[in-house]
Amino acid sequence: MPEADIVQLHDGAEPNPARLIAKLENVVFAARSRKLVDGLTFSLRNNGITTIMGPNGAGKSLALRLLARLLLPMDGYVHECGLAARDIALVFQKPVMLRRSVKGNLIHALKLHGVNRRERPERLAELLRMADLEHLSSSPARLLSGGEQQRLALVRALAAQPRLLLLDEPTASLDPQATQAIEKLVMQASNNGTKIVLVTHDIGQARRLAFDVVFLHQGFAHEHSPAETFFTEPQSLEAMAYLKGELLV
Amino acid sequence: MNRYFCHLTGLCLLAQTALLGSALAEDFIIVQSTTSTQNSGLYDALLPEFKEMSGIEVRVVAVGTGQAIKNATNCDGDVLLVHAKSSEEKFVADGYGLTRSDVMYNDFVIVGPASDPAGIAGRNDIALALQKIAETKAAFASRGDDSGTHKKELSLWNSAGIDGPAASGSWYRETGSGMGATLNVGIGMDAYVMTDRATWIAFGNKGNHTIVVEGDPAMFNQYGIVDISPDRCPNVKTDLADQFIDWILSSNGQDAIAAYQRDGQQLFFPNAK
Amino acid sequence: MQDIQAAFLAAFNLIVSLDADLFEIVGLSLTVTLSAVAISCLLGFPLGALLAISRFPGRGMIVVFISSLMGLPPVVVGLTVYLFLSSAGPLGSWQMLYTPTAMIIAQTLLVTPIVAALTRQIIEDLNGEYSELLRSMSARRRDILSTLLWDARYSLITASLAGMGRALAEVGAVMIVGGNINHVTRVMTTAIALETSKGELALALGLGIILVLLSISINAALMSLRTNMERFAYA
Repeated sequence: MPEADIVQLHDGAEPNPARLIAKLENVVFAARSRKLVDGLTFSLRNNGITTIMGPNGAGKSLALRLLARLLLPMDGYVHECGLAARDIALVFQKPVMLRRSVKGNLIHALKLHGVNRRERPERLAELLRMADLEHLSSSPARLLSGGEQQRLALVRALAAQPRLLLLDEPTASLDPQATQAIEKLVMQASNNGTKIVLVTHDIGQARRLAFDVVFLHQGFAHEHSPAETFFTEPQSLEAMAYLKGELLV
Repeated sequence: MNRYFCHLTGLCLLAQTALLGSALAEDFIIVQSTTSTQNSGLYDALLPEFKEMSGIEVRVVAVGTGQAIKNATNCDGDVLLVHAKSSEEKFVADGYGLTRSDVMYNDFVIVGPASDPAGIAGRNDIALALQKIAETKAAFASRGDDSGTHKKELSLWNSAGIDGPAASGSWYRETGSGMGATLNVGIGMDAYVMTDRATWIAFGNKGNHTIVVEGDPAMFNQYGIVDISPDRCPNVKTDLADQFIDWILSSNGQDAIAAYQRDGQQLFFPNAK
Repeated sequence: MQDIQAAFLAAFNLIVSLDADLFEIVGLSLTVTLSAVAISCLLGFPLGALLAISRFPGRGMIVVFISSLMGLPPVVVGLTVYLFLSSAGPLGSWQMLYTPTAMIIAQTLLVTPIVAALTRQIIEDLNGEYSELLRSMSARRRDILSTLLWDARYSLITASLAGMGRALAEVGAVMIVGGNINHVTRVMTTAIALETSKGELALALGLGIILVLLSISINAALMSLRTNMERFAYA
């Protein structure tokens, strides 16, 4: 994969723009001859939490999968600056739990990422504490509640110590309390220097977490603004309508 | 865990089999023989006696005579003990066997249902009996498997001047299986069956069938024994094979054959020269 | 009716009298079948799993081929193995015909396609669920295979049981390559065939009843193991 040069972000929001971590450039992806994204272009800075918003079918999940290298663009480029595959982690809306205990799920991830046997217990304890799942460490993961499963999925992704963490609507099916726990973990990870890209429909959540917002509609990035301007004075008509709760067709 | 359980058990068993194999690698020979001798229980009586005396284990593969000869032709045996004299002589003439010797005889009989639809009970003329069966189209079950018994049956039809197999599918029914299976079928469909006497006496599922035709000299059933040629089959254990053949042709072996009885009847009559 | 009663009586007598011949035959049946199933699992699990996660031209044909091998007549397998192991055959020098090893080879050929085909189905279903996760964790192919096989372990027990059922029940293959030699290669099914051909129908059916009991015990043992461990590991 070609590595992009370090490019400045031209939104002018930050007086001292950070370096880029990834960039999508004119990406085209189609399935069954229907173009799902067409000319998708946006850049991600190396820090903070970027949320991707937009109606269903806008191409948000697809953009995450392109960033995660689960899909390859048919045209255009996905640049990732100095990221190896193992530096990128992905958490799904519906957490995929291995048919193992909570501990087993985490150990599997630690093993995959080459954490050696001696360091594992310490890392495991840390992850369990972060997820607040110490008391459930021996329970089958698939018997946990939705919120517990998502917490586990999140810390399992963090087990890799990723530089780029991609979250695909991680709280879409959770209650407010469980959502809060996830948001806390996400902010913690961000504070520790992990770049986060969060796809969400929850405008409140985006206001709470986002540093900047990419607004997608029909496979195209209509707007990329800092959070404070996006929510108060969106630049595109589509984003305006979306924020007002109007149905976009 | 379970996956490994499965594998480990398997490996242990494999190891066990290997040990089993080596423990059994002592002196043994393979005799390609017929179902009639095995089903009658003759080998169960003879072989322990021979093993006691010689220390040689005899492993019997009991199949039809045709298959036994085929297997021996493939060198999958050390001794051939069957009952189709002309085939045995051809086997020797073709160089697969060294020598062929008479071992014992019994005779073939026709068994049939108590209702006796062809009206042949008590006769001792096989040609006439077969003619009556064909005339009345009474059901007749044939081995149809190229075995010694089957070959004999075909030659008897031939002598009677009837082409029985031409009626295959109507009253003449080819089972294509062994003696026991054919008897089971014949008894199930009230058909006449030609069988060797030994198998019949030892047979456990006689139903209401009885012997209807016996005593014709044409129904004589000779068993022969052949040692397989080491020229054709380098792996053959000629030394052990000949020990077995010498024993069975000796007075000890012949007496043991004569002594074997089922239900108070002698099944095989030794006639080694 | 009389025969059926006699069969149960025969089975009962054989069991309670701890008949030595019966134990030898049952022992050999288990040795041959369990060895064949174990080897089939060693071959079939990775083969099926590999087929489940791979995409290459001709894959569909291989899948169809392996599935149709599940229906191979045992006699055909037996005959093929016989022709190879026969002294006149290419592997004749191994001197393996009419030994338990030959029977294990024949049954392995019968069972491996069953285990492989069922494994492919099981792993393909699980991979549908796991694929994105494992790829996003940048798992290598080897890791993906081992994760899928381990997490499907309880379903794979069922696959191996299906193979075992086939091996325990078949008579055609072991009869030809084993030769049904008393005290050497006689197993439950060939003994049943022999007693049937001797017209000893009650004894044959009695042995059949014992074979069924044996099969039920093995299945029950493995299924209860599965249920217990499964309850513990996931729902």
